[in-house]
Amino acid sequence: MSDIQDYKGGRKYETFSYLPEMSPDQIRAQIAYIIRQGWNPAIEHTEPERSMEHYWYMWKLPMFGEQSVDNVLAELEACRREYPNHLIRLIGYDNYAQSLGLAFVVYRG
Amino acid sequence: MAKGYEAGVKDYRETYWQPDYVPLDSDLLACFKIVAQPGVPREEAAAAVAAESSTGTWTTVWTDLLTDMEYYRGRAYRIEDVPGDDSAFYAFIAYPIDLFEENSVVNVFTSLVGNVFGFKAVRSLRLEDVRFPLAYVKTCNGPPNGIQLERDKLNKYGRPLLGCTIKPKLGLSAKNYGRAVYECLRGGLDFTKDDENINSQPFMRWRDRFLFVQDAIEKAQAETGEVKGHYMNVTAPSPEEMYERAEFAKELGTPIIMHDYLTSGFCANTGLARWCRKNGMLLHIHRAMHAVIDRNPYHGINFRVLAKALRLSGGDHLHSGTVVGKLEGDRAATLGWVDMLRESFVPEDRSRGIFFDQDWGSMPGVFPVASGGIHVWHMPALVTIFGDDSVLQFGGGTLGHPWGNAAGAHANRIALEACVEARNRGVELEREGKEVLQNAARHSPELRVAMETWKEIKFEFETVDKLDAAHR
Repeated sequence: MSDIQDYKGGRKYETFSYLPEMSPDQIRAQIAYIIRQGWNPAIEHTEPERSMEHYWYMWKLPMFGEQSVDNVLAELEACRREYPNHLIRLIGYDNYAQSLGLAFVVYRG
Repeated sequence: MAKGYEAGVKDYRETYWQPDYVPLDSDLLACFKIVAQPGVPREEAAAAVAAESSTGTWTTVWTDLLTDMEYYRGRAYRIEDVPGDDSAFYAFIAYPIDLFEENSVVNVFTSLVGNVFGFKAVRSLRLEDVRFPLAYVKTCNGPPNGIQLERDKLNKYGRPLLGCTIKPKLGLSAKNYGRAVYECLRGGLDFTKDDENINSQPFMRWRDRFLFVQDAIEKAQAETGEVKGHYMNVTAPSPEEMYERAEFAKELGTPIIMHDYLTSGFCANTGLARWCRKNGMLLHIHRAMHAVIDRNPYHGINFRVLAKALRLSGGDHLHSGTVVGKLEGDRAATLGWVDMLRESFVPEDRSRGIFFDQDWGSMPGVFPVASGGIHVWHMPALVTIFGDDSVLQFGGGTLGHPWGNAAGAHANRIALEACVEARNRGVELEREGKEVLQNAARHSPELRVAMETWKEIKFEFETVDKLDAAHR
């Protein structure tokens, strides 16, 4: 019994939220993936206690056709500077599937 | 047709073998694998199958002359060798769309795989594939929600969904069962599942199970901030009881219910799928009895046809094999029917056992479900094989964790996310999966213990229902 660890649950935020928060290089790789898939990057943010709501605040508009990883990263940083305590998620809009090809919380407030 | 009536028995091929026929876009096409009785020519056997599965009977009848048989009859229009097998051949048959009631998987199968399977002129018969014309597809309801809508409802994107069948599959009380559900969901699974055998037995009646499980869902949801579900099995002895259970699940506000579409039948399934569309309920479909129908390479119905039938009849998830787990499933063939469930157009591809182009039009897609004997070590292969639009279900691979369900669920969730994260970075998972998992385990004692527990388990048996290929 002494070998068994007690399970500590807690608040999660869907995709990638069970992994440690990503390093800048890891974030860049996911942005590059979104661009490579032909999806449109977008950023959203919200107060942590409202994470289960469907609609978060949009940061500006989705970056339609954006091809630069740096530009997307810069917007993520800008959003974070303005809302340091918010959850900030990165989205890849897949207009062909009319869905989100990827969405994950980059900064956990 | 202007000829007079001649009673008696004619060779089928005089009427039903038409090699110069060019199928219409609106025809329903079928490919049968036939082993004819000794002495029966291929054309005659193919024509007999066409006749018996459409307008024909064993003898000429005068009432044939009261209608336009030229229009209504099915036609065998092509015969092909089966690669690597001289005993059997493929027969391609075209059926005019008006032979079938609209929106009725029941009616299509009553014709195509009805009496003809007991027919003496053929030794064995297998329905390999069916091309449903778009005109017919558009008459069917199809999945109540579809992949895209389900993702939006659940707020889950960019990864496969994770599930687990609660075990022991029989014998738990409702409250203990709910405990097992809660532990799995709080650990990081998206779904748990009633075992297909669980309906409403004396040890746990359905209403009690639904109530305790809903409590588990709500608590796990509040705790994790993620949307959770449990496939509440509404499969029942009669349609009335099935709908009663579905209505109760809806009253509880649960997001998803479950149904066994082969043991219950296409009629029940189509009705329930329509109910789900009307009531905004997700529908998970299990396939008990499928192997009875689809496993023998010379008899029955290939699973790709059963998968098409389900997409037409309606369901949001369908069990489709794992390729790597404890249950039967050829990789290329599985990929074939996985595409058939998800894509809007699937081209003919004999290397995947697909005999016809299939256009689904705007019909929503179905999540394939990989379930049965899979554990964390399979994760890299499963993510590669099934991609994001799938549900991966680890039963023993969750509940069998030495530290319990929550730890087992957590291990699976971390393994999944690590694999998806690595894949997106460009890592080839099937080659480097081991390192990906080992790295992830450095942050997760739950995953490390899971990897130690299951490192030796393999299920390496030859597949019985292989694709027909020259090397067999």
